[in-house]
Amino acid sequence: MEFFRISRTIPFMRHALALNMISLITFLAAVLFIIFRGFNLSIEFTGGTVIEISYADSAPLSEVRETVAGLGYTDFQVQNFGTSRDVLIRLPLAEGQTSAAQSEVLMAALTEANQGVELRRVEYVGPQIGRELVENGLLALLFVIIGIVIYLAVRFEWKFAVAGVVANMHDVVIILGFFAFFQWEFSLPVLAGVLAVLGYSVNESVVIMDRIRENFRRQRNVEVRDVIDGAITQTISRTIITHGSTQMMVLSMLIFGGPTLHYFSLALTIGIWFGIYSSVFVAASIAMWLGVKREDLVKPVKKDDTVEETYSEQS
Amino acid sequence: MNRYPLWKYLTVLVALVLGVLYTLPNFFGESPAVQVSSAKSTIKVEPEMLQRVQSLLQQADITTTGSSFGRNGPVGTIRFRFANTDIQIKARDLIERALNPNPQDPDYTVALNLLPASPQWLSAIGANPMYLGLDLRGGVHFLLQVDMEGALTARYDSIATDFRATLRDQRIPTSGIEREAMSVVLAFPDDGARSRALALLRSRSNDMTFQEGAGQGTLEGRPILTARMTDATIASVQSSALRQNITTLHNRINELGVAEPVIQQQGSDRIIVQLPGVQDVARAKEILGRTATLEIRLVDDSPTATSALAAGTVPFGLERYDDTDGRPLLLRRQVILTGENLQDAQAGRDQQTQQAAVHLTLDNKGARIFRDVTRDNIGRRMAILLFEKGIGQVVTAPVIRSEIPGGQVQISGSMSAEDAADIALLLRAGSLAAPMTIIEERTIGPSLGAENIEKGFQATLWGFVAVVAFMIVYYRLFGVFSSIGLTLNVLLLLGLLSLLQATLTLPGIAAIALTIGMAIDANVLINERIREELRRGESPQAAINIGFERAWGTILDSNLTTLIVGIALLIFGTGPVRGFAVVHCLGILTSMFSAVVGVRAMVNLTHGGRKRLKDLSIGTVWKPKD
Repeated sequence: MEFFRISRTIPFMRHALALNMISLITFLAAVLFIIFRGFNLSIEFTGGTVIEISYADSAPLSEVRETVAGLGYTDFQVQNFGTSRDVLIRLPLAEGQTSAAQSEVLMAALTEANQGVELRRVEYVGPQIGRELVENGLLALLFVIIGIVIYLAVRFEWKFAVAGVVANMHDVVIILGFFAFFQWEFSLPVLAGVLAVLGYSVNESVVIMDRIRENFRRQRNVEVRDVIDGAITQTISRTIITHGSTQMMVLSMLIFGGPTLHYFSLALTIGIWFGIYSSVFVAASIAMWLGVKREDLVKPVKKDDTVEETYSEQS
Repeated sequence: MNRYPLWKYLTVLVALVLGVLYTLPNFFGESPAVQVSSAKSTIKVEPEMLQRVQSLLQQADITTTGSSFGRNGPVGTIRFRFANTDIQIKARDLIERALNPNPQDPDYTVALNLLPASPQWLSAIGANPMYLGLDLRGGVHFLLQVDMEGALTARYDSIATDFRATLRDQRIPTSGIEREAMSVVLAFPDDGARSRALALLRSRSNDMTFQEGAGQGTLEGRPILTARMTDATIASVQSSALRQNITTLHNRINELGVAEPVIQQQGSDRIIVQLPGVQDVARAKEILGRTATLEIRLVDDSPTATSALAAGTVPFGLERYDDTDGRPLLLRRQVILTGENLQDAQAGRDQQTQQAAVHLTLDNKGARIFRDVTRDNIGRRMAILLFEKGIGQVVTAPVIRSEIPGGQVQISGSMSAEDAADIALLLRAGSLAAPMTIIEERTIGPSLGAENIEKGFQATLWGFVAVVAFMIVYYRLFGVFSSIGLTLNVLLLLGLLSLLQATLTLPGIAAIALTIGMAIDANVLINERIREELRRGESPQAAINIGFERAWGTILDSNLTTLIVGIALLIFGTGPVRGFAVVHCLGILTSMFSAVVGVRAMVNLTHGGRKRLKDLSIGTVWKPKD
């Protein structure tokens, strides 16, 4: 089987400008959503209590709401979680009240209202933890960006490093934009997913950059644009197969993984698709705009030992 | 050109065998067990206990399927496995009766438990199942914040007391010694007194810094000394406070009889407590959440104080607290000792009268202070106060009959054996060096845990099946190699996780799934590259060689960048993120090995020897028509 019967180099860079404008607009839209809609942060970040309960039959949501309201809470959420029998209750951080008191009082009231209720999970996060998580998340992001820039700059060249990181940030910001727009819950596993996408997307750009460098070595007197087009064309089958495989795995998590892994897999799905797009159109074209040249990548001192130096496969 | 030296094949083989061996224990499930640990800090469980319980079981004709001794921090534990839960419960009852003749005051905690059912020879080579996180097995997780400021304040209070005693002993006059924020301020009537005090205190406490100055406010015009702990001392106070709290938690949790508690320090001022399998959260929290601290102070029973108490006023320098029966008492503000100085409290009996009593053991410093205070205050009452969440309560307030040197203190009087046990427990529990608060809590029911395992397993399995099916259809024989490589990768990853005894959580399972999805990248890179070389007209052998060589550079680059992300998550991540990161990082390493070395070994073994290899089973290699 062979999906990709590509007989000539696809001119990916021909529409680079238009596609980059689209990227820019998507990126800016994502930034605006993040700024104006904000995130639906999970209690891991905001602090508070989450209580998951399960009923023998379908859960009486309005009854649960009444019970919670009866305890004097005003700012709370009651919703189904996964199945119609499971209910998730979110309580805000109450000053001077411990988690123990909160969950016990609530469970006592719920049991009184309905005997068939089972406590599945309680999560309580104090206010200081959330602040640290945000700080650590940002630090991790910074560490990743610096690490990748240094690695790419040493291994390739600074123009590629910049291009790779811009492409990455593009992906991450767009994932975050989705979470802001749809108000999906942003939890710790989602953060892990977003950061994993960072690595995954760089990985993608690296494969293409590797090919660009190789083609620069191999082909002389060829336009930079054509070299990039050739590199992307040669790797496009691998790009799509790899991402397809990863997507199969992520899809499996989305289907079978249950509510805990739902948003994690969703973040990865968006990351995978935008990862393909950004490494093909964003990373490569930024490197092109930055004026990457043959001399940047092929060091004249290092004698190239590949035998096919004069080989050209351009049709 | 496509041949490996023997050692490379052997390396792959050894990796495979180790992978299988260390993954194996995860498939045996768990068998019912009984565990015995000490219920008192004075009683130790040593390996000798093993034989004693063994012979007990033999006499009763109960067969065990295995036994072990283990240590968790200072606490020794012995465990016995049984074939089924009926025998388990029978054995528990037998051991309980034999070891704890007095059920009111048990020496040992005998608890039901589940232990991995993997055969002994696997445990012998260190192959144990992965440790399942609470989200997979159910239980309670707490993150406790130790109030270090509280620990330091308490320390400064006791330093102030120390200074008072020292200066009084040496008859150096003072105009007041008080703790002010994070320092002790000593005021003197004149410069001479100050310089004598300075010389004396400097020689005695070299862990303090002293600063001379002029008093302000009420001490206007008086020469003063400001004493502060050095940074090194502060650090050691904090670390010892943390250690003491961890020990105290160990003791308290032992009373709960939890099978495998995790009590660990996190950062400089936090403690993680995980109690797998515990469902009675309320009780666990009650025992842990007792953020009690202990203070010993003198009771003021003077006629003026008594009349003030009757009138409902509190004279200056005194504070009002209630005892356990709700009767009010007036206590001096000055703290004589804190829980820090109390090493142990046990219920027992008076040697002579056989009355119920509580025996206290104080540390050296505590013993010295206690001797001085008891000598000077014979006939007065001394109260032991327990602070829980900022509210103090008098546990007991006995009369001082004589000077008590040596730090061995006995409290006796009109109390029952039960009272004595209660007081001892409260005092032991109260000997936290610094108050703690729960800042994070997670409770996961057992049904949810089982469901999470099931979901994670399903997700990984079906994703794996889909990827393998695609690879085989698309790349034929090379797809089969890739799939075997992927399986090797999963085995190595699971084996490594089991060997490191890493904690597997649901995000960890997600990371395994994601690693499989991403590991295939290396195989796709190689296979596509080989196809490309074939398309270009290389011979099959050359195509294999160039394909692997060329793909290697790319695989290395892309995996290293992914590894940078993994390490960042490992450094900055907490909880679920860290669980994800550990698996992610290990997965990158195992996938590089299995895809590059493992798959190459298979290809070399099957193709390397064939000189006249005409074509490769790597799916259709379509060539463009020129």
